[in-house]
Amino acid sequence: MDVFVSQFLNVEIIAQAWPLLLRGLGMTALLCAAVIPLGLVGGLLVALVCLSRHRAVRWPAFVLVDFFRAVPPLVLLIFIYAGLPFAGIRPSPFVAVCVAFLLNTGAYYGEIYRAGIESIGKGQWEAARSTGLTAGQTLTWVIIPQAVRNVLPDLVSNTVEVVKLTSIASVVALPELLYSADMARSLTYNPSPIVAAAAIYLALLWPCVRLLSRLEHRVGR
Amino acid sequence: MPDSAAMLDVAGLRKRFGTLEVLRGIDLTVRPQELVFVIGPSGSGKSTLLRCCNRLEEPDEGSIRVDGVELLDPRTDINAMRRQIGMVFQSFNLYPHMTVLANITLALRKSLGKSRAEARDIGEAALARVGLADKAGAYPAQLSGGQQQRAAIARAVALEPKIMLFDEPTSALDPELVGSVLAVMRELRGAGMTMVVVSHEMRFAREAADRVVFMDAGAIVEEGPPEQIFGAPRHARTRSFLADFGG
Amino acid sequence: MDSSTIFLDAFLNPAVIDRYLPDILKGMVVTVEVALAVVATGIALGLALAALRSFRVRAVNAAIVLFVDVFRALPPLVVILIVYFGLPSVGITLSGFAVLWLVLSLVLAAFAEEIFWSGILSIRKGQWEAARSTGLTFVQTLVWVILPQAVRMTVPPLTNRTIAITKNSALGAVIGVPEILMQAQTAQSFSGNATPLLLGAIAYIVLFVPVVALGRWLETRFAWGRS
Repeated sequence: MDVFVSQFLNVEIIAQAWPLLLRGLGMTALLCAAVIPLGLVGGLLVALVCLSRHRAVRWPAFVLVDFFRAVPPLVLLIFIYAGLPFAGIRPSPFVAVCVAFLLNTGAYYGEIYRAGIESIGKGQWEAARSTGLTAGQTLTWVIIPQAVRNVLPDLVSNTVEVVKLTSIASVVALPELLYSADMARSLTYNPSPIVAAAAIYLALLWPCVRLLSRLEHRVGR
Repeated sequence: MPDSAAMLDVAGLRKRFGTLEVLRGIDLTVRPQELVFVIGPSGSGKSTLLRCCNRLEEPDEGSIRVDGVELLDPRTDINAMRRQIGMVFQSFNLYPHMTVLANITLALRKSLGKSRAEARDIGEAALARVGLADKAGAYPAQLSGGQQQRAAIARAVALEPKIMLFDEPTSALDPELVGSVLAVMRELRGAGMTMVVVSHEMRFAREAADRVVFMDAGAIVEEGPPEQIFGAPRHARTRSFLADFGG
Repeated sequence: MDSSTIFLDAFLNPAVIDRYLPDILKGMVVTVEVALAVVATGIALGLALAALRSFRVRAVNAAIVLFVDVFRALPPLVVILIVYFGLPSVGITLSGFAVLWLVLSLVLAAFAEEIFWSGILSIRKGQWEAARSTGLTFVQTLVWVILPQAVRMTVPPLTNRTIAITKNSALGAVIGVPEILMQAQTAQSFSGNATPLLLGAIAYIVLFVPVVALGRWLETRFAWGRS
């Protein structure tokens, strides 16, 4: 038991690492503030392209979406961060993460929006167009608000996944929460800082997960 | 006094949902081969009474004997008893992932331990009896409502129950499909099945019931042969209920 | 050299492909092994937990919900690092492969439990009642009537979630599991060329695009509009 506490819940070491962890948390927050809006907006564009009436537009979009859903985000990130310099493009870790997330989570958000938009009956389109609204106005004021409400649990769920996913930025040395914790671990030879980071992730995401589970089961019934 | 000749003997049955008392001391006896019709306004407790009779609802108080066996005795094997108490639901409740035949044979095989071939023979006979011999391989979603309800009746009949409980068996059906289900019930009655039916099919009650029980607010108000209940109801509440139904 | 030659030289260099393709293929085998192992144990455990939860024993259910919540809320990489670097210090040493398999199985089990449980809850009460009224026991009803329907409804969401989680096998690169990404990164640093990274990405596409397409097909096929 003592071994367990000293190895996983070592208060002294966690206290030492605390300032580092906080700085890491700040970077994680910054990262989220960048990649969540990017994904939400990018995904909407992806969905609209995928719903295009023109086959020549729709099909390449589907192929790209499946492509980015098939490649693990970490692979995408490393390709961008370590591969692109060979083509003379040197993105900073932060930019590399943002681009990788835009491609990966854009595809996932896109699928969610698409399901939402497809769930709205044709009658809504026809009613809106019959009152003289343009296609764009119909989409903005009638379809998308209903679609978003229908898939809200999925959007929240995917956003939780995005927040969790920011931890892979540690692999390209972006000093976010997990990177800072792992740095502290390697300095102290003690995994307690990672346990502390896990506790921080839990504190942030547990309420969201609880909420989700309620939403999902309510929809399920 | 329990009536030893009774197929179903309910005594002093009480059931509460929270603070709402849905059954307030029900006494009801059903003799073998009798068809008893239970009528009454919605919320009168008639469905709850029926559901207590195979313990889908747990009563709070009282006694329910089926062919002499006390259902509420903790030593009673409730699953064995349920096989002898056929239940037909308003919403059919067929298993959508199984063929009609598999719906029928499931309990025969898993609960009675019959072989696949034996269960199939029994199931096919039960389907023939309800006029669905050609639907054995169909899935419930491919049947009309009336056919689904007949299949559900076959599922209950296949277990050779001693008594059958019908919980508004025709309420979910389009009017033109009701007749086929009533015909099956009529055939069962002709074959001597003991039946308790909760239903609003007053014409059927008048024609087929041995006895009609009128329930209101969790109690039996009056009971008697159909001629008496429909022709000369003694109680004012019975009269006003029947008047609402237009006779 | 014009820019397209530079590009081909850096990203699709024939000599590098020739030299390192076997390593990438070896990585693919490892990735497939991890993925299959995770899918088998994760889904089995998730289904078992969901079935257990339907007995509605208060203490058991609280423990299941706690397990599910924690593994849904924690980034898998965090758990991997804790297990990989933490267990040796309490005297348990697991290979990177075992850690990756264990952690991803638990993560998948948590998500699968939640999905299966939703499915079980969505089966109408009448199905339970009809089965029980024919004398089937609780367990028989669960096994023959409820779970087959619940599982079928959960196929599309479960497929998509399973794909997302098995792709996390790439996280194995961080703890030295010789799967595709690890092989690609090693090859990239030895060759000083980006070709292995592109090969790695292609390897994932070869493995996962068919599964993603399958998920898409299942979604339309099982779109519960059986009328």
